[in-house]
Amino acid sequence: MMLATRVFRLVGNRTLSTSICLRGGHGVAKVEDYTLPAYFDRRESPLPDIKFVQQLSPEQKSLKEKEKGSWAALSKEEKIALYRISFKESFAEMDKGTGEWKSVVAGIFFFIGFTGLVVLWQRKYVYGDVPHTFDAEYKQKEVQRMLDMRINPVEGFSAKWDYENNAWKK
Amino acid sequence: MKSTMSLVKPAMRGLLAKRLRFHLPIAFGLALVAAVAFKFTVTEPRKQAYADFYKHYDSMKEFSAMREAGVFESVRPTGK
Repeated sequence: MMLATRVFRLVGNRTLSTSICLRGGHGVAKVEDYTLPAYFDRRESPLPDIKFVQQLSPEQKSLKEKEKGSWAALSKEEKIALYRISFKESFAEMDKGTGEWKSVVAGIFFFIGFTGLVVLWQRKYVYGDVPHTFDAEYKQKEVQRMLDMRINPVEGFSAKWDYENNAWKK
Repeated sequence: MKSTMSLVKPAMRGLLAKRLRFHLPIAFGLALVAAVAFKFTVTEPRKQAYADFYKHYDSMKEFSAMREAGVFESVRPTGK
């Protein structure tokens, strides 16, 4: 809002009266906040378009006056105060991690756990029985048939069976 | 804040070439090591296993055993 009034003053009173008032007071559009230059802390553009603090307090105003003189006269605290007027966070502060990853990992684990519960419920209430081919006797006959057919006799399945003693190799 | 001595100019060119000079021999070496390791841990033992299996392999004996077990459709066990 302050910048908008400054714009009017720059335009000049005469042109103000001729342009706006003649058009019934609806000449210049209201300046929205988001259209003005913004301040942001970003590593890749280190000097933002505007200073961080726009409305200076009286102490800050007097400090700005002092800044116009010799900088050697400024104390360390005053220099830091001047920095904080122009910038919000230092590079170290803006680069600092947020620890957000902990929340993310926690959320991941939580939802994996929840999914586990959903799967268990599904197993109990949604799925029907497995086929009869999973019965123990059927599986036994399956293994016997595979051994009879000599499935993978060199390095794989039947290679682990001792045909002389009819048992798995130790 | 700058002292009277100026900073050395950083390297502006040949950055990829420098990186490749360092990393390509390492890459080729690691690939070679991986191939050699695979050869001597997988392919050579496998070749030996097959050689050992077929050294004393009696195909007729195996065939008879399979026939008696009843897995063939062209020949039934000798009992029937």
